[in-house]
Amino acid sequence: MEGVAIIGVGQTKYLRVNPNSHDEMAFEVTNKALGDAGLTIEDIDNSVTCTNDFWDGRTISCMTVTDATGSSRVPTTNVEGDGTYGVLMGLMRILSGHHNTTLVVAQSKGSISIPGLITNAIFDPLYERMLGLDAVSSAALQARSYMTKYGITDEQCAKVSVKNHKNAKNNPYAQLPLDITVEEVLRSRMLADPIKLLDASPVSDGACALILARESVAKTKCEKPVWIKGVGHCSDTYHLGDRDLSDVGALASAAKRAYRMAGIKNPREEIHVAEIYDAFSYMELMWMEGLGFCERGGGGSLVDSGFSEMGGPLPVNPSGGVLSAHPVLVAGLARIAEAVLQLRGEAGDRQVEGAKVALAHGIEGACGQGHCVYVLQK
Amino acid sequence: MESKAHVDKATVCTSFKNERAIGTLVGFRGKEHGKMGNRVGIVGVGQTHHRSKIPQCNGQELIGIAVRRALESADLTMKDIDAVVIGNMDHFESINYVDMWSVLGFGGYMKPVLKVTTGGTTGSAVGHAAFYHVASGLFDVVLAIGWEQNSESDTTAAIVTHCEPLIERDFYGGAIGGLAAQYSMYMDKYGATEEDAALVSVRDRGNAARYNPHAHLRTEITVEDVMKSPYISYPLRLLHMCPRSDGACAVLFAREEKAKKITPKPAWVAGLGSSHRSTYLGDEMGLAGLHSLEIASKQAYKMAGIKDPFKQIDVAEMYLPAASAGVSWMEAMGFCKEGGGPAFIRSGVTEMGGELPINPSGGVIATNCIGATGLIRIGEAALQIMGSAEKRQVPDAKIAVATGFGGCFWSDVMIISSLIRLD
Amino acid sequence: MTVELGDTGTRIHQSRIRLRYNWWLGQVMSGFYREIKERCKIFGNKCPECGLVYVPPKENCPKCFAKMTEFVELAGTGTLKTFTVVRYPVPFIQPRNPPFALGVIQLDGADTGFTHLLGEIDLEKIEIGMRVKAVFRDVREGNLLDIMFFKPA
Repeated sequence: MEGVAIIGVGQTKYLRVNPNSHDEMAFEVTNKALGDAGLTIEDIDNSVTCTNDFWDGRTISCMTVTDATGSSRVPTTNVEGDGTYGVLMGLMRILSGHHNTTLVVAQSKGSISIPGLITNAIFDPLYERMLGLDAVSSAALQARSYMTKYGITDEQCAKVSVKNHKNAKNNPYAQLPLDITVEEVLRSRMLADPIKLLDASPVSDGACALILARESVAKTKCEKPVWIKGVGHCSDTYHLGDRDLSDVGALASAAKRAYRMAGIKNPREEIHVAEIYDAFSYMELMWMEGLGFCERGGGGSLVDSGFSEMGGPLPVNPSGGVLSAHPVLVAGLARIAEAVLQLRGEAGDRQVEGAKVALAHGIEGACGQGHCVYVLQK
Repeated sequence: MESKAHVDKATVCTSFKNERAIGTLVGFRGKEHGKMGNRVGIVGVGQTHHRSKIPQCNGQELIGIAVRRALESADLTMKDIDAVVIGNMDHFESINYVDMWSVLGFGGYMKPVLKVTTGGTTGSAVGHAAFYHVASGLFDVVLAIGWEQNSESDTTAAIVTHCEPLIERDFYGGAIGGLAAQYSMYMDKYGATEEDAALVSVRDRGNAARYNPHAHLRTEITVEDVMKSPYISYPLRLLHMCPRSDGACAVLFAREEKAKKITPKPAWVAGLGSSHRSTYLGDEMGLAGLHSLEIASKQAYKMAGIKDPFKQIDVAEMYLPAASAGVSWMEAMGFCKEGGGPAFIRSGVTEMGGELPINPSGGVIATNCIGATGLIRIGEAALQIMGSAEKRQVPDAKIAVATGFGGCFWSDVMIISSLIRLD
Repeated sequence: MTVELGDTGTRIHQSRIRLRYNWWLGQVMSGFYREIKERCKIFGNKCPECGLVYVPPKENCPKCFAKMTEFVELAGTGTLKTFTVVRYPVPFIQPRNPPFALGVIQLDGADTGFTHLLGEIDLEKIEIGMRVKAVFRDVREGNLLDIMFFKPA
């Protein structure tokens, strides 16, 4: 794959309620990313927005941000899915040879409606939806399945939460920097067994923007381009009962593709930092397995060993992850943004020293039905 | 709008010149790398028989029908598909994350799947996205799916929510209002009439009736029928408007070497253009024509090396949400001079057998399953080029154009051709 | 809701989207719910390629994309594969007031799981591997909730 780099990033601070509107948030991060890249809007020749009609409460939700992202000026499209998929679309548009620089912007405001209603609509209206399933209760079904199969404990999941909220203290954008203990997580209110309040990500508002550029542009315009070396995406099947909820096959398939493209043979050794989509604490354990950081079922032991801590062999979610801020659609894009900062050496107090290869990951649908994986390199 | 900065031209060993499109500004003087993307061909098309209701199928099954037909037409199976792109408009079916839901409809287990949605242009945006999947070199054979089961929902109510909630929703709701206002201006400026628009309805409905078993509305109508139908929103009457249809369409895109193995006559994508310029309906109210279509078609023509659209294009599948668009948007396509729409339509050149047949399939006036409609235009244009358009085939069609429309007067354009070079 | 001009604070506009929906079930799901409604019978169908039996039945095998025309009558009994107890409210959509239990049940004769409610059960004593059986409502309408829940068998 020829060279495409990320040359600009911008994030809002993630908040429970952001008083700005959707387009204001999009405008903010668009300008931040442009400023970060040292570009103006005139330098952007196409764009990808990531919006979702349900979360935004309007049909053709991309219309909200067309002007704010400069998308009315250039060829543009809208991916209705996690920001990682938006970046994939932006990447493909550059690789096609038709475009030089793509602006990718995702935004959402979880605060404006009732998330349970919105995520209930993920489920089949002819079947599962009638059970009142939503993101949390479905995740609970998956957590129980996974934990029972491999003997993962509530404590091991809680450790993820403790780690990530603590990491968030180093991240000025994070919504929930917290000093908590495993006991506090275990004592927190049960939402849907086994998921407790502190095992779950918050409801958030926020936006994030990235600027992608082809090699010739990145090399001349950017001092610290971060190269996309590999990408893969993949989906499991749909009905929860038709899936093996404890299995991470779709993630493994996406990761395999990304690793092959990037020439990664041993991810555990060759990746220096990972930002992955921990919408719930158990998910970080599962996704580490799917990414090949350990064998299947080994997620619990891995977190016990300190492998994924700051200062450990492969820090996972130095930013605090999705547990610390979960603006839907944005969170995957933010994972990439954080990985970029890491590779540039601009991650401040959350910097993983000497990081040269990063992994960023996003999910789509219920219980991580879809996954999109990136290998980035400086 | 030309860039003040230096623009590098790049010539490539593919079927089109990859020059900078008008309206895009690239400020870099960069060294262009040699390989500029891959040539992409359409190798299969499948669609349902679109109807107002298809009660024997749920949405996933509808998709399954179109996908099976597309795969059969190319003699492929899902095992041959490297990635899938799908689109529809959420509020019409109230299913969130349709990409995930849809895998049940096409056996998408362990497949890369992604959703694109841009309102009415969704179908064409899906087609463009599938093109980019392949042109990027990341995927060799890509399945594009557009679908809608409108019958299950209250379409107008769903469309109303597209208007910006704080300012416009209460006043301008629905797709019709804006289109009516635009034609009203065109009539005023250039002397077009309701009868001119009726000619478009008669043409498209006639084509559907005579040639296209997939179309939803398959009865012929006359100008008199149109003029007797009640006003929906002056000056647009019921029979000027598109119906609301259930249906699905699947189109297969493949990289050059693969495409040539799959079918003897791939329909190459020669040019693309896209303009989603406005957000408020009021932004476009100074213009009697469709400015975004003009921008998008110019981009596509430039990329494809088309200098005289009317002469060079053999067939057009245009997304006309109302018959009036078939009068007032002709100059935006470069088919006639400004204000020349009425004369153009009255001359009959756009009929089957004319110099530039428009909508042999019957177009949107005969079938509108919104999430699919733009993709159906691409599919129909590809069928023309592949020589597989059956009764609606325009003989010896070598260059076709497919357009998409939607949202707030947005446009997408794709040029499809059997030729290696167009200039 | 109106917005007052001249006030520099951020205001909120409240509204709702009210949309009616009728979804076509398609023939397979229609048949599935009809059998539940009229005869209290649960059917799955079998993929001719991979041989898996799915419940609810569906037209295409999700993995093979093969048409599944062989229907299999399943017992209303099965084994619990996973479960949760929902302890938070969400307006409008929940079939019961929390706390209530949801489970994925592998019905005897099926290879895939059937997601449904668990009832007449001690919420604190649910275990994976429990045997459960379907309890049907007396008055049925032809949808998923004609099965009231699955209870310990």
